[in-house]
Amino acid sequence: MKTTLFIIQKEFIQIFRNKTMLPLIFLVPIFQMFILVYTATQEMKHINMYVVDKDLSQTSRQLISNFEGSPFYYLTGFSFSINEAEEQMKNDEADVILHIPSGFEQKLKRDKKSDIQLLINAINGMKAGLVNAYSMNIISQFNQNIIGDLVVIGGNTQKRLDIRSHYWFNPELDFKIYMLPGILVLLVTIMGMFLSAISMVREKELGTIEQINVTPIGKVQFLTGKLLPFWIIALAELAFGLTLGTIFFHIPIEGSLLLLFGFSSVFLIVVIGIGLFFSTITNTQQQIMFLFFFFNIVFILMSGLFTPVESMPSWAQKVNYINPLAYFMRVIRMILLKGSGLQDVLKEIYALSVYAVIILSLAAWRYRKTT
Amino acid sequence: MNDKQLVISAKGLTKKFGDFVANDHLDFDVFQGEIFGFLGANGAGKTTAIKILCGLSIPTSGDINVAGYDVYTETEQIKSNIGYMSQRFSLYPDLTVSENIRFYGGIYGLGWKEIKQKRKKLIEKLGLVEERNGLISDIPLGWKQKLAFSIAIMHEPKIVFLDEPTGGVDPVTRRMFWDMIYEVSESGTTVFVTTHYMDEAEYCNRVCIMDEGKIVALDTPEELKRNYHAQNMNEVFIKIAR
Amino acid sequence: MKSFFGFVKKEFLHIFRDPRTMLVLFGMPVALVLIFGYVVTNEIKDIPIAVLDHSKDEMTREITQKIISSGYFKLMAELTSSNDVEAMMLKGDIKEVIIFEPGFAVSLQKDGKADVQLLADASDPNTANLIVNYTKGILFDYLNKQNQAGTSYQFDTRVRMVYNQSLKGVYMFVPGTMAMILMLISAMMTSISIAREKELGTMEVLMVSPLKPFQIIIGKVIPYIVLSFINAVVIILLGFFVFGLPVRGSLVLLLAENLLFISLALSLGILISTVSESQQVAMFISLFALMLPTILLSGFIYPIENMPVILQVISYAMPPKYFIIIIKDIMIKGEGLGLVWEETLILFGMMIFFLLIAVKRFKTRLE
Repeated sequence: MKTTLFIIQKEFIQIFRNKTMLPLIFLVPIFQMFILVYTATQEMKHINMYVVDKDLSQTSRQLISNFEGSPFYYLTGFSFSINEAEEQMKNDEADVILHIPSGFEQKLKRDKKSDIQLLINAINGMKAGLVNAYSMNIISQFNQNIIGDLVVIGGNTQKRLDIRSHYWFNPELDFKIYMLPGILVLLVTIMGMFLSAISMVREKELGTIEQINVTPIGKVQFLTGKLLPFWIIALAELAFGLTLGTIFFHIPIEGSLLLLFGFSSVFLIVVIGIGLFFSTITNTQQQIMFLFFFFNIVFILMSGLFTPVESMPSWAQKVNYINPLAYFMRVIRMILLKGSGLQDVLKEIYALSVYAVIILSLAAWRYRKTT
Repeated sequence: MNDKQLVISAKGLTKKFGDFVANDHLDFDVFQGEIFGFLGANGAGKTTAIKILCGLSIPTSGDINVAGYDVYTETEQIKSNIGYMSQRFSLYPDLTVSENIRFYGGIYGLGWKEIKQKRKKLIEKLGLVEERNGLISDIPLGWKQKLAFSIAIMHEPKIVFLDEPTGGVDPVTRRMFWDMIYEVSESGTTVFVTTHYMDEAEYCNRVCIMDEGKIVALDTPEELKRNYHAQNMNEVFIKIAR
Repeated sequence: MKSFFGFVKKEFLHIFRDPRTMLVLFGMPVALVLIFGYVVTNEIKDIPIAVLDHSKDEMTREITQKIISSGYFKLMAELTSSNDVEAMMLKGDIKEVIIFEPGFAVSLQKDGKADVQLLADASDPNTANLIVNYTKGILFDYLNKQNQAGTSYQFDTRVRMVYNQSLKGVYMFVPGTMAMILMLISAMMTSISIAREKELGTMEVLMVSPLKPFQIIIGKVIPYIVLSFINAVVIILLGFFVFGLPVRGSLVLLLAENLLFISLALSLGILISTVSESQQVAMFISLFALMLPTILLSGFIYPIENMPVILQVISYAMPPKYFIIIIKDIMIKGEGLGLVWEETLILFGMMIFFLLIAVKRFKTRLE
């Protein structure tokens, strides 16, 4: 145990003495918070709509003004030519084209049925899906109301559904609140895994690892000494990030902080364990960067940071069993946003504990004092 | 010699990397308190052999004992009894002199108090009092090497292995380095040193000359010079190589 | 010239001899394209929901049946009391609860009006929004069928998804992945590889060799040009054969634009290596100055127009932004140089600019 303390002491001295790394440890969270939160947004706040209204009737004007009334839609142009509209879309000036054919109102009055057309720029499929959902919402509301405006029906035979929707845990549908916990996950993962892996590979490149291998120090003691400093730093990063998030973004903390940090502790052992394992199978910093990048990009994209895990195909959901980020991504949002308790995240805690044991055993097995 | 205690015994030490034979059936014994020199050109297999003796690498075949322990199964016990200074410079450049001493003392299992005492003595002896809080990367190579050697013997090992300890150092510093080796040897520690400087071979009690993975000569420098009718070790080496 | 080829060969060997590097180099584009194509989607499918039916009549059962058979939702539980709702939501087992008021069918028939409540887990706001909209859609659809034709005035909306009818993610991410991989290999790996030679002191050995400085740099970057180019082609092929992403415009132009971007990335890589003394520093500069902007500020995943104005302004200085526009225009819209000449010119200008600074810095370092 005493030997482990000497290693921990040494690691801390090295980290705090490094003129490049030390500022980064504090700059990265600030950077991630303020840039990522604003850039990594799928929130639709600005939909450019181009209108082709060939009808110019009262109904068509009402429909258009319903779109204008929405805070998300910006009317960027108006014309009678669909070709002109499509040209605008080609130049990325229009996200959606609302096309109302001539005779729209007349046909509606006569046949009680009529058509309009929406053309959505779908190069970004996700965005197109949202634009579609938003637009249809406005249109179906308008649809319910035109009955009253167009005709006075004797004896109300019209059935109506009163649908009230409640958005739990995030009533304003604020995307930032959704992204922030995810960014915290990125933060601690990158810091923990990167710092531990680099520190180990650097010893290899410098040759100091050989000097350590020739001492009687135990593998477990050595690996513990390499794990704990980065575990402490990553937990401190989490606290730092959480503080920033609370002060600047009013990120809600519905659940228990103790549970959050408890869970993070287990998660970080897994992440740093992976970093150490990577360092045992590489010899240079360039190699480990490659591995680090590859696995983290895959882990991050599959973790559900931007897109719901439920939407992923079942093979991807199975792959997520070995993706530690997927567990934490889910749990941190549960604890922070919903206030879920220990009972709710027990399954994930078990899973990550098993993971921790496996990855540390792998690292200890691959780390050879004697080759 | 036979009345001295045997500390290293190697019989048929062989190490292969694929088809390449780095060490081909080496036989030698080293006795307590000896300064045993391993000589040879670069690539002769010196470092490979020293790594096996230190428990860093497992040999392909052969019966090898170091400090009474088997190199296949008891590498960790060997490591408690030896010191090692590698060819590659192995102190942390971003730690200070005194932090390096403390760290290595610590991982060799010395207590806090013991480390403190030894550190003080060591720094005074090496004349590094002023540089004690300077980074290793800022002090001259000669001093670094003397420091690395001192650290390698801080836990008072039975045997210390030095792999080309004086590479790239000026002759004066080399001379001083050898004075330190003699001092350690006199206190009963066995010194196993590899070098490709032939003049250094003269300082050894016995030398073993290697060429292409094989031992080509093993004796005291005096005997070798007599056998090969040479003035100095350099001539011996040239005659053997021919 | 002979020594130059020998040097290039050595650089190739450095990369090719290491199976880990090779695995990642070629595994990366494949994995990314597959993940983006299959995994990263906002598609609503099999979302776990629960129904709390206080009415349990013919109508509510019919609606529930319709909701399940839509394919969007998976019914996890039929609740009997609102007490269970919160617990299930907290566990994350369900994303939405549909609550029918008591006497639903009766109210609808008699009063012509009935109540439905939708409770959605909005900790993921976008998904919540989509789920609620989809559920509403199904409910209104049912209602429309109930309201006999002839009594209602309704218009249909025909939606056409332009350029990408089935809302495939490929259209978006293939250009983005290309930009990312090319940046990673060309800029990041070149800068690390040169910084490594500096750190290990082997750069000085090369400098005293008969090779001219520019030959050394060319020799260092050739393998990465080749690798990047192969990767770009692999991504285009994957997009085409696995996801049916067409190359509507000129293939030659597409490849030429790729080469232009690779050269740009390489000049950035060389520039970074001249300012960093160690691999760690090179990595961090590449990561923060290149990778993050490539992912975040290029419009690759996130629409730029949603960002705060200051970030939108910054995005104009990001080379990948222009590259992605060019690639999309050529591949998806089928445009020629006529539409993309401006962006091409900007990229070319940027490349010359970075290259000039890099060469200047490299020379000063030598003197």
